Amino acid sequence: MIKIKTTDRYNITRLRSFMTNIASLLAALVVISIIFLVAGVNPIFAISEIFSGSFGSFYGIKETITKAIPLILIGTGLTLAFRAKFWNIGAEGQMLMGAIFATWTGLTFGEALPSYIIVPLIFLAGFIGGAFWGIIPAILKIKYSINEVISTLMLNYICAEFLTMLIVGPWKGKARFGFPGTNNLPDSAILGLIPGSRIHYATLILALICAIVLCVVIYKTRFGYEARVVGENPDAGKYAGINFLKTGLILMAISGGLAGFASVGEVAGIHHYLGYPASISSGYGFTAIIVAWLAKLNPLYTVISGIFFAGILVGGDAIQISLGLPAATVEIVNGTLLVFLIMGDYFLNHKVTFQFSNK
Amino acid sequence: MEDIIVLTLHRAMVAGTPLLLATTGEVICERSGILNLGIEGVMAIGAVVAFIVTMTTGQPWLGVLAAIAAGMAISIIHAFASVTLQANQVVSGLALTMLGLGLSGMLGKPYVGKPLAIKMEDLSIPWLSDIPWLGKILFIQSPFFYLAIVLAFVSWFFLERTRLGIQIRSTGENPKAAETQGVNVFRLRYLSVIIGGGFSALAGAHLSISYSKSWIEGMTAGRGWIAIALTIFALWNPGRAIWAAFLFGGFFVVQYLLQPLGISPSFLAMLPYVATLFILLLISLKDPRKLNAPAMLAEPYKRGER
Repeated sequence: MIKIKTTDRYNITRLRSFMTNIASLLAALVVISIIFLVAGVNPIFAISEIFSGSFGSFYGIKETITKAIPLILIGTGLTLAFRAKFWNIGAEGQMLMGAIFATWTGLTFGEALPSYIIVPLIFLAGFIGGAFWGIIPAILKIKYSINEVISTLMLNYICAEFLTMLIVGPWKGKARFGFPGTNNLPDSAILGLIPGSRIHYATLILALICAIVLCVVIYKTRFGYEARVVGENPDAGKYAGINFLKTGLILMAISGGLAGFASVGEVAGIHHYLGYPASISSGYGFTAIIVAWLAKLNPLYTVISGIFFAGILVGGDAIQISLGLPAATVEIVNGTLLVFLIMGDYFLNHKVTFQFSNK
Repeated sequence: MEDIIVLTLHRAMVAGTPLLLATTGEVICERSGILNLGIEGVMAIGAVVAFIVTMTTGQPWLGVLAAIAAGMAISIIHAFASVTLQANQVVSGLALTMLGLGLSGMLGKPYVGKPLAIKMEDLSIPWLSDIPWLGKILFIQSPFFYLAIVLAFVSWFFLERTRLGIQIRSTGENPKAAETQGVNVFRLRYLSVIIGGGFSALAGAHLSISYSKSWIEGMTAGRGWIAIALTIFALWNPGRAIWAAFLFGGFFVVQYLLQPLGISPSFLAMLPYVATLFILLLISLKDPRKLNAPAMLAEPYKRGER
């Protein structure tokens, strides 16, 4: 008879953590292959197509980095929220609110101001918009004990509908010839691109800075420590006199604000106007949750995991075209990866041994 | 005027049906202490499986059974992750939603846009359907409607009055104490998650073989997430879920009713979500204790700890 025995593991080395992630990804790959096989697609071909589509060509790499920018920004913000066990699944809505604020600022002041003033201003506006939409659930949770999973989700829908209302109504631009969407932002408000690509470098640099700064905030500052205590041991936090409302507001302002930054990149860097919600974010807010999780809630690692998942998004588009798979294929890949990542966590935190006894 | 009111209320019942089914399932699941954010995905699986089986066999009820089986099967993933592996339930639920939406998209690709020849026909209850107003609103409905109400009552009775139901609630409130009383917390949590999955899939089946009679990717359109909000709104009580679900069904219908009056459809589409937040806020302001979720909701239970 085989007995499975599990014991807690206390000393988790970085190497073990890394190897567990790799093992989880490989196991997920096996399952994804089986799903492809059942769907009548050659899995080796499909998977190699995903990675050659995203990392195999110069064009693919450029697209991957473009898509990695919002994922890194949002994922970084989520690491902070998740560490405080604040389950912000509303990055999607926070991003859209950031886009609304940024677009308004760009359209209103863009003509009159030079680039070096208006660009920082729209980033600031985007941050404020995202932060505003982020602190609402924080207040609802801390003051009125309303579950943040529900409130952030509801706020996603509310913001998407609000944005749609704006672009088909009062904000509809003449330049769109009757189609929904605002006018283009003035040239001074548009972000520069790395030539020959869609990489808006200002946002890319900002994303890297945010990852580093947040890493310092989480591990080296009092606020970061308090955020972690709120998440890991709220009772101890209460005795230690941590102000939950203040900590919650700040961390959700940051988390939402970074999603707002991401939206500035999409609006001012790629589209140049505010269009339908689905065109601004194709689910970045949700994919970023996996990005943060794969990064083990370490802001620095979101850079790597953000690029990885951006690669899957770009590769996913490639196999949709070349293999005729539905758009939802990427969801299968992401969902399976996530399932195996959480399973991997179990084996990281527990030592599982099989005991054979002669009974 | 009578026609408009009757039609509106009738449609509110139709729109509320999948919400009620999914909410009832989530109530059972959350009462055992497991938060399942995977409803949206399981619903999509239910919708696509019901559609495919109904189309190929010509038997809508067979489609329903297949959908329930599929929904239960895929929910095991969440049960395994959250109960056995004590994983984070928010993340695991999201993974289930992604998987469900993805798999349903892939399974349903060949069926997109194909109409269903044989669908689940509406059932008119003899005698009762002749009552003026009420008859047309309540007693000429799809079988799913009656099923949803009966199942909600049964679930209420099950949770409040039966031994197994009380044990399930105890695993959500105090698993440690439940275990010392000889309750198998793991088994009951598995059971609750799987039952919840069956309910969600049933809701999906309603969408594809009764409500719209066709399959398109993403046809669940956020209903699973609303069910999660409704679970709180109903304060974890399947009886209250009946009112809540049909009220929300009404919100959906009113959108179409007010649109010709020049009110922006986006504004109206926003209403159900704003209302959810607003009502949760009201409950919290009036009596915050009422918002008390099952005490150990979303907390992994570790056997033999402390």
